[in-house]
Amino acid sequence: MNKKLIDLQHITKSFDGQMILDDLNLYIRENEFLTLLGPSGCGKTTTLRILGGFETPDQGHVIFDDQDITKLPPNKRQLNTVFQKYALFTHMTIAENIAFGLKIKNKSKSYINDKIAYALKLVNLEGYGSRMPDSLSGGQQQRIAIARAIVNEPKVLLLDEPLGALDLKLRQDMQYELIRLKNELGITFIYVTHDQEEALTMSDTIVVMNQGYIQQIGSPEKIYNEPENAFVADFIGDSNIIGGTMIEDKLVEILSARFPCVDTGFGTNRPVDVVIRPEDVILSSPANGRLTGTVTHLIFKGVHYEMEVTTPDGYEWLVHSTGMYPVGTQVGIDVDPFNIQIMHKPASEDEEAVKIDE
Amino acid sequence: MIKTAAKKFYVFLIFLFLYAPIATLIVLSFNASKTRAKWGGFTTRWYVSLFRNDAIMNALLNTLTIALIASLTATVIGTIACIAIINMKKKSRAIWMGITNIPMLNADIVTGISLMLLFLSLGLKFGYGTILLSHITFCIPYVILSVMPRMKQFNTSTYEAALDLGAGPVYSFFKVVLPDILPGVLSGFLMAFTMSLDDFIITHFTKGAGVDTLSTKIYTEVKKGIKPEMYALSTLIFVTVLILLLLINKAPADKKQKA
Repeated sequence: MNKKLIDLQHITKSFDGQMILDDLNLYIRENEFLTLLGPSGCGKTTTLRILGGFETPDQGHVIFDDQDITKLPPNKRQLNTVFQKYALFTHMTIAENIAFGLKIKNKSKSYINDKIAYALKLVNLEGYGSRMPDSLSGGQQQRIAIARAIVNEPKVLLLDEPLGALDLKLRQDMQYELIRLKNELGITFIYVTHDQEEALTMSDTIVVMNQGYIQQIGSPEKIYNEPENAFVADFIGDSNIIGGTMIEDKLVEILSARFPCVDTGFGTNRPVDVVIRPEDVILSSPANGRLTGTVTHLIFKGVHYEMEVTTPDGYEWLVHSTGMYPVGTQVGIDVDPFNIQIMHKPASEDEEAVKIDE
Repeated sequence: MIKTAAKKFYVFLIFLFLYAPIATLIVLSFNASKTRAKWGGFTTRWYVSLFRNDAIMNALLNTLTIALIASLTATVIGTIACIAIINMKKKSRAIWMGITNIPMLNADIVTGISLMLLFLSLGLKFGYGTILLSHITFCIPYVILSVMPRMKQFNTSTYEAALDLGAGPVYSFFKVVLPDILPGVLSGFLMAFTMSLDDFIITHFTKGAGVDTLSTKIYTEVKKGIKPEMYALSTLIFVTVLILLLLINKAPADKKQKA
């Protein structure tokens, strides 16, 4: 494992008496692609702005490379930011934009020119140096913003929803571009987004945030397959979240049917939340299922069919399947033990408020 | 056909009423005859004698230096004020904008008398300095009025990007913020310059004996009986203000074309 590069310790921040971040602790390793993911207002952008030096935390410390940089102004930090709205200097040419940081550092003219050429090549915009920012498309402007940041050879690149303003196709292309850039440059990326697909595609580590609290930290696979609470499960893709009872280790009761599972350590006869992804629900004939239900909705989605199966107790299961069952069909429901994810039920109202987006 | 002709005639009438007095003034300034009653042929003699009149030239110099210093100072103060106001919260921003707008709507005579009273109570000696101070004061709101809209359009993350790339706050302001708000600053400066050039009432109340600007000079001269030199002088002031107004209107248009 690489060493810790950034350590956020007990960060607290509020604006106008409203708590944005509450005792946030997070470390980021060298050469990691870390994504802060959450709905708007969850504190992800504030976290990034604290890292960039644009906000000062009310409490807590920002440790960068073993040094406390909490009070250091942005121009003294070895981090560079790519802003959501590109923030290019419109009265300067592309080359002047890219050279901005290097000129301040008093680099030689030939060094700067080499760097401009290198950066434009890196973002596939060779020959654009003398153009003005206004004459470029949104995607091109964003790539210039990235080029302008990376020529300074920062140890960390902060990206604040950089693809938010782009259309879907361009966004997907830019995702691959960013992964390639990160691998070529070998620097740490800290990425902020509310788009869960973007986060899953690019990240080494995802930090799911809500209302100023970190909900879960983990690899994309872990976040998707083993969400720690209902908020994470719901935010990362569609899911069936059902209240159940943990009968004993490796056995859970859902809607009065018992399902073998692989989770242990929840005690016996404890109320739990069970997460089952729609693509993990296996439909068959009623005789083969642990539960039976009726198909109440059917939509063709291209890759799969999306169905809603209502069980007699009224719960509507969301099912993604390549097999089609017409509306009204009686079906059996089963789930592979590995695909059942058990979560603790929130212990109190307070905890619930934190975990489920209101 | 008749309708368009009527429309054109109506517009012509409006401009006739608006500009007939000024046209009269301009024509008279080239009139060789001393009386207003008859045309004695074309001459530029009044302009020549105007420039030979030391008292008037002195007043002109005062007017120009006061206008220049006052508008430059007001531009600096006003622009700095805009930076402060834009960074305020919404409510206090509205309050401060209201406070800066009131002096523009206030009657000049009230501003003039209150400034005079203030200078009196401070024990200042009336003269060039007091005129300059009062001109700076009434020019600032016009600068704020003109810079503020540009400031609102400015994307704050551009400034943050400059800081992020290693620039200090002052360098970032001059390199990134100022070029963006420059059209607003320029038209604010020109507006302030015009206002200062144009002012009579406030100057009248805050000037000391022996110091005159063009407007107060003309006022005293006219009391003694009007001389054709005054027509020439008024014509020159009109033309100067006209040119400045054209410049003010052109400044933002230029920026739009480039963008």
